[in-house]
Amino acid sequence: MAQYTQFQPKAYRPRMSAYWYLDQWHYLRYALRESSSFFVAYFCVLTLVQLAALGAGAGRYAHFEALMRCPLMIIINAVALAFFLLHSITWFNLVPRVAMRQMLGRPTPDMVSSAPNYMVWFGATVILALFFLGVL
Amino acid sequence: MSDTIILEVARFNPESDAEPSYESFEVPLRPDWMVLDGLNHIKDQLDGSLAFRWSCRMGICGSCGMMVNGVPTLTCETLLMNYAPGPVRVGPLDHFPVVRDLVVDLDDFLAKLQKVRPWVVRKDDFKPAREFIQSPAQLESFHQFSLCINCTLCYAACPVYGLDPNFIGPAAIALAHRYNLDSRDQGIEDRLDIVSRHEGIWDCTVVGECSTVCPKHVDPSLAIQQYKLTATKEWFKSFLLPRGKH
Repeated sequence: MAQYTQFQPKAYRPRMSAYWYLDQWHYLRYALRESSSFFVAYFCVLTLVQLAALGAGAGRYAHFEALMRCPLMIIINAVALAFFLLHSITWFNLVPRVAMRQMLGRPTPDMVSSAPNYMVWFGATVILALFFLGVL
Repeated sequence: MSDTIILEVARFNPESDAEPSYESFEVPLRPDWMVLDGLNHIKDQLDGSLAFRWSCRMGICGSCGMMVNGVPTLTCETLLMNYAPGPVRVGPLDHFPVVRDLVVDLDDFLAKLQKVRPWVVRKDDFKPAREFIQSPAQLESFHQFSLCINCTLCYAACPVYGLDPNFIGPAAIALAHRYNLDSRDQGIEDRLDIVSRHEGIWDCTVVGECSTVCPKHVDPSLAIQQYKLTATKEWFKSFLLPRGKH
């Protein structure tokens, strides 16, 4: 609505739509990145439940595994994994905007700043995979 | 290809309208015409009551920022041909009160800009006998942030500013950062008090669109993230050495 203000006779004060993030693709991408945090939290809770089941004995862990094999959980986890990857990659790619760029005192290629995160991520994934596959 | 293009232009008369509406105009589509030339054609030939700001016509003054097809754009450096065959929708910058047609009220931005003290602040009575020498590296550290022309496209692109009008905003923070990085300046603590509040740097959620739309490639998003790092370091220093001078 147009309103009177101190120095202008009237001004129209626009209000943002509740669905502003659907207006442009880059806003939707941002909204997806932000909402991916829920799925990261989901994976954290799921890991805690898994560890609790592991500590509660073979029977409880078998029950947990059976639950994870049901189609609904597979779909939920696949969607959560997609969002988890989106979360990790987008935030890793933002690292050059802050840390290494300033710490080194001179412009550094973005990949040089992001690479350590990807390397640690990949290394941790390999170690966990080997652990759960029983190799370690 | 047609030799004309339709411009859908936002119209708002504060004396008679409750909200803006769009009016269509057919303007010549010439290879060297910018969107601003189309608007000037409307004003000169079709409807002299159309209100919009412009001045230099070469991307320096920052007056002619508008929403073109939903994207904050300097209309003096955006070819009409880019939008052929049209139509092209031209509206006032998002998130600012609309005074009339395409003219927005920038008082809020100007007040915030003044608040961050975007000038060289000296705490001593240093009166140099000659010019203050800066090395190329010192100049390079703040140069890109000094290119800001206050066009406020970054504010129009920032959903955080749209949702929280108290947010100091990208350009003001980028300019504060520019003076913090200047070797002649001593006002970093004063600015930090203002900029490190919640409605300052911590309101930014790294959407990044401010940097995308900046016609001068200033990268305000980078300035805000670097400012966050500076503020965090200062907080740690004050936490570890509460009585120390930082």
